Amino acid sequence: MIGAHDLGGAQGFGAVAATKDEALFHSAWERRAFALTLATGMLGQWNIDESRHARENQPPQRYLDNSYYETWLVALQKLLLQKGLLSTAELAALPLVESLAVALENIPSSEPRHEQPKALTPEQALAALRRGGPTELASQQTPLFEVGAKVRVQPMTQAGHTRAPRYVHGALGVVQSYNGVHVYPDANAHKSSTSAAHGEPLYTVAFPRAALFQQENSAGQVMVDLWEPYLCDA
Amino acid sequence: MSDSHSLDGPDGHTHIHDHSHDHGHEEHTHPPSDLELRVKTLESLLVEKGLVDPSAMDAIIETYEHKVGPRNGAKVVAKAWLEPEFRDWLLRDASAAVASLGFEGRQGEHLKVVENTQTTHNLVVCTLCSCYPWTVLGLPPSWYKSAPYRARAVSEPRAVMAEFGTQLAEGVVINVWDSTAELRYLVLPQRPEGTQGWSATQLEKLVTRNAMIGVELAAPAEGSPL
Repeated sequence: MIGAHDLGGAQGFGAVAATKDEALFHSAWERRAFALTLATGMLGQWNIDESRHARENQPPQRYLDNSYYETWLVALQKLLLQKGLLSTAELAALPLVESLAVALENIPSSEPRHEQPKALTPEQALAALRRGGPTELASQQTPLFEVGAKVRVQPMTQAGHTRAPRYVHGALGVVQSYNGVHVYPDANAHKSSTSAAHGEPLYTVAFPRAALFQQENSAGQVMVDLWEPYLCDA
Repeated sequence: MSDSHSLDGPDGHTHIHDHSHDHGHEEHTHPPSDLELRVKTLESLLVEKGLVDPSAMDAIIETYEHKVGPRNGAKVVAKAWLEPEFRDWLLRDASAAVASLGFEGRQGEHLKVVENTQTTHNLVVCTLCSCYPWTVLGLPPSWYKSAPYRARAVSEPRAVMAEFGTQLAEGVVINVWDSTAELRYLVLPQRPEGTQGWSATQLEKLVTRNAMIGVELAAPAEGSPL
């Protein structure tokens, strides 16, 4: 989907508020919302692409007006509801926050689980952080494009999750490197809990900046990591 | 302390902003905001249901507030400046080279290091969200997650760098890396002049977080306490 999150090349946002150092969290609730998101994510009920899609798939005006952790909070509540870990009634009983209300309307909820996953202990949580979540898959798949190949990005107007930013849709680029077969987000964000992860070859594609944007008359490239289904021969 | 007002655009409109800016000291907000109450109640509910352990949440927060941060990345960079073999390894297989220093895990599973030279400068962004190499830099600063940076780093990197007070020589090529997949990018800045014979500890002090994202250069030698 082309949503408000897809910001590359957008205009009118003004200057970057450059800071050297700053607090990681600006209020106590942000700190807890961050940790709640990670801790519940470790229950393994959803993957990172479902989580990203839950954040991005909001009314555009809402997405832009949310603070960063408000959007995390929206996604966390959506996912808890969708996966049957919280019921609509339980969510409705929480103190109302107007900014979250719209995003949480009309979320399909699941039947409440009879068997809930079990909270991780601090030791298990730290081990999960150390382990991370590698996305490269062992695969025999041969990549279609070689390093140096000219490629064009497909027009991508379909609904659903994608990681092809709109500023490269239809653009011509050159394969700069091949990075192996990685979990394919467009499928992973919508997969059933029982199906295996689907992988696709992942490339880093170089686009001459001047061909994408006219703001600066300077040499240089924009490097974008793109999966094979996003690309075609050029 | 950070100024969350500064995330607002110059036109006075607020974009992907920080609602906490009405409160001076975060831990002493009176009365608690709607969001604070909501998050507290949500946490209690999830604890009651046995889905989260508050001490596990504390351990996660402790990790990113006090253990994992840009000092990790500075160690990587200083070592690369001092040891050509380590530099080569870093550019070839950053995940393995960085793991050899004990930095590995979430949001650093597939790490790539891009090296600045006299003729090429590198800048990292995530236009779609906030992807960032946590294992070496910790959690991203607000500006990295903000709409202006995500919108403009790809289209006008020179102007963005100028907003950080960074002026590159004319003719230097700027390559921008948009972290759209699970590859995470760390910039290896150029070693400042006048640092011959410096120790790793001395060099690390010149390696700022912003230099490893690419919006700045490593700090000059003369400004550094020896």
